[in-house]
Amino acid sequence: MSDAVTMVRRNTKHTLRNPSAVIMTIGMPVVLLLLFVGVFGGALNTGLPAIRRDGDYIDYLVAGILLMTVGYGSTTTALAVNRDMTEGVINRFRTMAISRASVLTGHVVVSTVRTLISAFLVIGVAMLLGFRPTGDPVRWLAVIGMLALLALALSWLAVAVGLLARTAEGTSPFVLIVQVLPFLSSAFVAPDAMSAPVRWFATHEPFTPIIDTLRGLLLDTPVEDSGVLAVAWCVGLGLVGYLWARALFRRDPSR
Amino acid sequence: MTSASSRSAIAVTGLRKSFGDKVVLDGIDLDVREGTTFSLLGPNGAGKTTAVRILSTLIGFDGGQARIAGHDLATEPDAVRAAIGVTGQFSAVDDLLTGEENLVLMADLHHLGRAEGRRRVAALLDRFELTEAARKLVSTYSGGMRRRLDLAMTLVGDPHVIFLDEPTTGLDPRSRRVMWQIIRELVAGGVTIFLTTQYLEEADELADRIAVLDHGKVVAVGTAEELKRGMPGGHVRLRFGDLAGLDAAASALGGVSRDDEALTLQVSGDGGVPALRALLDRLERAGIEVDELSVHTPDLDDVFFALTGHPTTEETVR
Repeated sequence: MSDAVTMVRRNTKHTLRNPSAVIMTIGMPVVLLLLFVGVFGGALNTGLPAIRRDGDYIDYLVAGILLMTVGYGSTTTALAVNRDMTEGVINRFRTMAISRASVLTGHVVVSTVRTLISAFLVIGVAMLLGFRPTGDPVRWLAVIGMLALLALALSWLAVAVGLLARTAEGTSPFVLIVQVLPFLSSAFVAPDAMSAPVRWFATHEPFTPIIDTLRGLLLDTPVEDSGVLAVAWCVGLGLVGYLWARALFRRDPSR
Repeated sequence: MTSASSRSAIAVTGLRKSFGDKVVLDGIDLDVREGTTFSLLGPNGAGKTTAVRILSTLIGFDGGQARIAGHDLATEPDAVRAAIGVTGQFSAVDDLLTGEENLVLMADLHHLGRAEGRRRVAALLDRFELTEAARKLVSTYSGGMRRRLDLAMTLVGDPHVIFLDEPTTGLDPRSRRVMWQIIRELVAGGVTIFLTTQYLEEADELADRIAVLDHGKVVAVGTAEELKRGMPGGHVRLRFGDLAGLDAAASALGGVSRDDEALTLQVSGDGGVPALRALLDRLERAGIEVDELSVHTPDLDDVFFALTGHPTTEETVR
């Protein structure tokens, strides 16, 4: 346990020394936020279901942007883990009598916290742009919980990807998936407005229930069964990521 | 340099390792006494690094047994890890931290406690001449500094057995001397060193015992002297006062190479006492006076070539 704390401290120092990781994580979502609110917002607003009678497009959009923020955050983690693996310092850790899991735990904890901070910065920007979320503290706690769970799940997946990739470039399929999947979800427009095959995909992919849950919680609208689906997807993805990462880390290092 | 100890720090029997169908270690036996320096010598691709990676618990092995500091490598890897320190060929330092932070990280992982950790970190920074650069990011360090920091990090945990995989490869001559000095100090302090190198000079300088590894097999093991003894390349040089002496000796001994300008004769032989005595007896009987006699033992390069049939510098594709 104390080894994990030491590793968290190590990864925190890395993050503080390299603030561009956080800036990158919030930069892209904020750009998308501005783009979709300012450029496409008016056009898209008409195609949306009445989520809230007085609602603006930005109210609809923020949940998806938050998911993208968490996604971008996790790609940073995949790169950080990959960097660790290719730098040789990891081999030192492997030959020391320390908890092996602590190396990965350190990455996941710092990644989750960093991503949550990025998400809150993005919420702040959105509010400056006119986003009016719920004032209910219980719902806010649920939002934090949902974001934390999502960040945790994607962080474990990112760790596995970072371990699997032989080079930094090897993490790019993961980056691509995390960046493209939100577009094929309820992030920007409701799936009802999409063509049939895309609609099918968008309704069934994991990001849609997560976004719907976040949106419902943020806007004080019913969450319905997407909440259960969202938690189930996060737990499932997180578990897959964790077991995969553990198996990869136990392999003999090839370099 | 030599300290006789009856206990094994590293005992390896029949160690085997293959990557796919490529056999990298083909049943090697090693025995390293506590408090001595042991050198595994061989060209690139001989299996040195693989041996270190296995013995330092980094990768598994396919067959054989190994005990490090009294612990079984296969069944008690954590006990082995607690006893060893490793400095690999590629620096195992954290580039995104400062030198000091790297050492503090090690102190924390060894659970040294704040005060003791600080004390040891400061001492190591001082000993390895890194105090000035302590607060600088490691990514700004020179190659020699990185290697020193790497070794300092290994020493934070006070290991009993230290594995050094080609510790001076790529270092300039001065940094190499510094590294050698540090290694000697460690052995003087009772640490056991397991060193791989492709430099014969390095093994000769540092090691109490040397094993020559070639294509995954130990082809010879012994002290540098033992390895050199009886090897081709050894000869006795005789110098004479004048050309007459040289001529007389050349005809008396026969089959020797002579150098008229230097007035010397070169007689092949291992330089052992019986051979020398026989040589001098023959010259005595012929009434020839010798001005100077010197014995040249083969260096490890001769040994290596004789054992493996190829020089040490040969690159083998892995």
